[in-house]
Amino acid sequence: MPRVLRELWRRPAGLVGSVVAVVLLLTAAVALFWTPQNPFTANPSIAWQGPSFAHLFGTDAIGSDIFSYLMAGSKTTVVVAALSAVVAGIIGIALTALGSLTSHWVREPVAVLIDILIAFPILLIAMLLSAVFGGSLAVVIVSVGIGFGVNLARVARGEVRGALGTDYVLAARASGAGPWRILARHVLPNVAPVFIVQLSLAAAVAILAEAGLSFLGYGAPSSTASWGRLLSSLQRYITIHPWSVLWPGLTITITVLGLNLLGDALREATDPRLKESRRQRRRSRAEVAR
Amino acid sequence: MIRFIITRLLLLVLGLFLASALIFFTLRVLPGDVAQVIGGTQATPAQIEAIRRSLGLDRNVFLQYADWVGGLLRFDLGDSLVTGTPVATEIAAKLSVTLPLALLSLVFGVLIGIPLGVVSAIRHAKASGAVIAISAQALAAVPAVWAGVLLISLFGLALRWLPTQGFPLDGWDQPGRAIRSLILPALTIGVIEGAVLLRFTRSAALDAIGQDYVRTAAAIGLTKTRALITHGLPNVMLSVISSLGLQIAGLIVGAVIVEQLFQLPGLGRMLVSDVGNRDLPKVQGDIFTLTAIVLLVGFAVDIAHRLIDPRQRTEVSS
Amino acid sequence: MTLTVTDLTIEIDGRTVVDRLSFAVADGARFGIIGESGSGKSLTALAVLGLLPDAATASGSILLTVDGAAPLELLGLPDRELADIRGSAIGMVFQEPRTALNPLRRVGRQIGEPLRIHDGLSTREANARALELAREVLLPDPERLLRRYPHELSGGQRQRVAIAMAIACSPSLLIADEPTTALDVTIQAEILELFDELVHTTGASLIFVTHDLAVLAEVATDVVVLSHGRAVESGPVTEVMRAPQHPVTRGLIAAARATSWSPGASR
Repeated sequence: MPRVLRELWRRPAGLVGSVVAVVLLLTAAVALFWTPQNPFTANPSIAWQGPSFAHLFGTDAIGSDIFSYLMAGSKTTVVVAALSAVVAGIIGIALTALGSLTSHWVREPVAVLIDILIAFPILLIAMLLSAVFGGSLAVVIVSVGIGFGVNLARVARGEVRGALGTDYVLAARASGAGPWRILARHVLPNVAPVFIVQLSLAAAVAILAEAGLSFLGYGAPSSTASWGRLLSSLQRYITIHPWSVLWPGLTITITVLGLNLLGDALREATDPRLKESRRQRRRSRAEVAR
Repeated sequence: MIRFIITRLLLLVLGLFLASALIFFTLRVLPGDVAQVIGGTQATPAQIEAIRRSLGLDRNVFLQYADWVGGLLRFDLGDSLVTGTPVATEIAAKLSVTLPLALLSLVFGVLIGIPLGVVSAIRHAKASGAVIAISAQALAAVPAVWAGVLLISLFGLALRWLPTQGFPLDGWDQPGRAIRSLILPALTIGVIEGAVLLRFTRSAALDAIGQDYVRTAAAIGLTKTRALITHGLPNVMLSVISSLGLQIAGLIVGAVIVEQLFQLPGLGRMLVSDVGNRDLPKVQGDIFTLTAIVLLVGFAVDIAHRLIDPRQRTEVSS
Repeated sequence: MTLTVTDLTIEIDGRTVVDRLSFAVADGARFGIIGESGSGKSLTALAVLGLLPDAATASGSILLTVDGAAPLELLGLPDRELADIRGSAIGMVFQEPRTALNPLRRVGRQIGEPLRIHDGLSTREANARALELAREVLLPDPERLLRRYPHELSGGQRQRVAIAMAIACSPSLLIADEPTTALDVTIQAEILELFDELVHTTGASLIFVTHDLAVLAEVATDVVVLSHGRAVESGPVTEVMRAPQHPVTRGLIAAARATSWSPGASR
């Protein structure tokens, strides 16, 4: 585990991504107790103020402090991102297991099912669910979970089947190792990194999905502070106040970028082929260059 | 080859059926009484019963599904609960906006993503290559709403080159104005999808750079760059084509959002309001249509890929 | 033509993989470069044509003298000028035939390409000449085969195609980087014979890179032995075989003996 972290932080992408994730978590934690101003107070007399000491990002149409609102919104972001990743992980594991570890009669239909489900973009799933339940953060989370979980299953299924086909596994089965042992020792170490990477990407996708769905009116309710809601409400006024929308836009972009970078760096850091020492790697690179 | 097409066609049909079932049963079977929701909190049980009967919800669920699928095969998707007009007609009208929008977005995305992806791969050791790659990652992280807003601010408001909202009332009778209304929305989607396409093209091109046959091409007298472009790129294009099928899903999602942002009378925007109205038959029809488009494009891409790659065309010998 | 390599040094990631290598290939010579894996022999071959991987830097001198012209320094030459030389004055055949050919193009077109590039032949002319070349490299049923794609050919056939591409413009120097290593043993012998024949007929010089002394003995007249990027022994093949000075050379001879080769049985 520490080796993975070292590999991760060796790369600038990993460093930046980790910093973004930590800052997000800390902001959300702090926002549980305190924000500079109350994000929900309406004070029309100070509407549309520019950045100032009291209002770091200025105020919005009804005079609420944008910075405090974004801080409060970070709680929503963390919840949505984390839960979406969890749901995606659960669905992904279930589908992966069904798609690769069961008998032929189960595997094939599951494979077809996965290929069909991939055709459903997350937004359409959310629309479908919103038609029944009405829009909500739960709908966002479940939609991302299903949409991404299916994607995750497709990626992981390839890894699992690849791992099951290796000589290691053949040898293990020949020597009588039980299925759980094979799973734990040979399949998991290959699949786990893929999963971890995909989960961080799921978190990023979830944040974008929340932004889009809140804009359409099917995301967070008005009582909940969310970055998507702020983006949506501020964009209505770009003809008269074009600058304020910068803040939620930048916040979302930087957070999503950070999580994507983290995912990319994790992918490289957890590549099992990088288990060799650095010197060995240089030598084999020179070999390949020959 | 024929065998492949037929198999793939069967899979397509199967996919369409499964999609229709998923959509239908999700809307009917999930907890949450639709009739109750449509009726609202003030409705009496009798009113809710009436709604249920008008929706055909009192009949056996599988019969309802069979009805709907039967209609699908005739391109009859039922009638809107709100307006009573046939769903299919409405969808067809909206597609005349959404399909060109999607196509234009794809064009923009391809024009942005593929050339820049190749350039950033060729120059991967230099600063310019890295800058392109990083910018692409940043762009892919931008929420579509903000991207649209930025483009509106720049081209619509500051420069006043393009309309910021709406679609001409006479639609395509005025093709010039119609296209102009689609440019900013298509650019919004195109830039973001282009960023995704760029990253994919870049990695495919990096693969191509390391290929032996590119080196052989240089060894017979091409400069390294020309060898990469004339021999490496076509192979890159092949993998990019397969990824285009996946891009469609992104285009549709983008369309829903930009149609709302730019107030375009397209299928995406209609879907959003239909969901708000709980207009079940329309929601069913809208989502099925969009899903069917994704499945159809996927089918077309698979066939095209198979046709182009000689490795899969001929029966393998040797 | 003569090729004179002086103090060739190649570095990758700060490591020196070829260290001040010097040798000369005389006109019509068949020059072998032999060494274990990692000795830098392939990199040396690649350096001549400027085809080193991006991460590598090369220094020293590689002088090419084609009859009548002034000596040309290849190292550091701009890629565009090197491209003029590649395929026309110098041809190269690589180790792995399975990946050396463009999978999306028919074989005949690939053979004709150097002709279109350097000699300005039209497609029809290039196709005709490609047919002749296919016969020279002893490809079976050339008319049909040239219309095929690489994946439809066997490894040996693909290597013949690669050789045809390399000799298409009658180069004065042919460089072969382990061309038989990836082939079946029976095919190896045929390909070696082909090299022998071609070089004999065209009078071109040959640089042959290999790790297998038995193979080298079939083809080369002079040899340099590399170990860890340095030349440890050189000279005429028969001399080096008969009286090896360096332990690496002795090791190579022992390895070749183990695969039943006897010194003095070549040529």
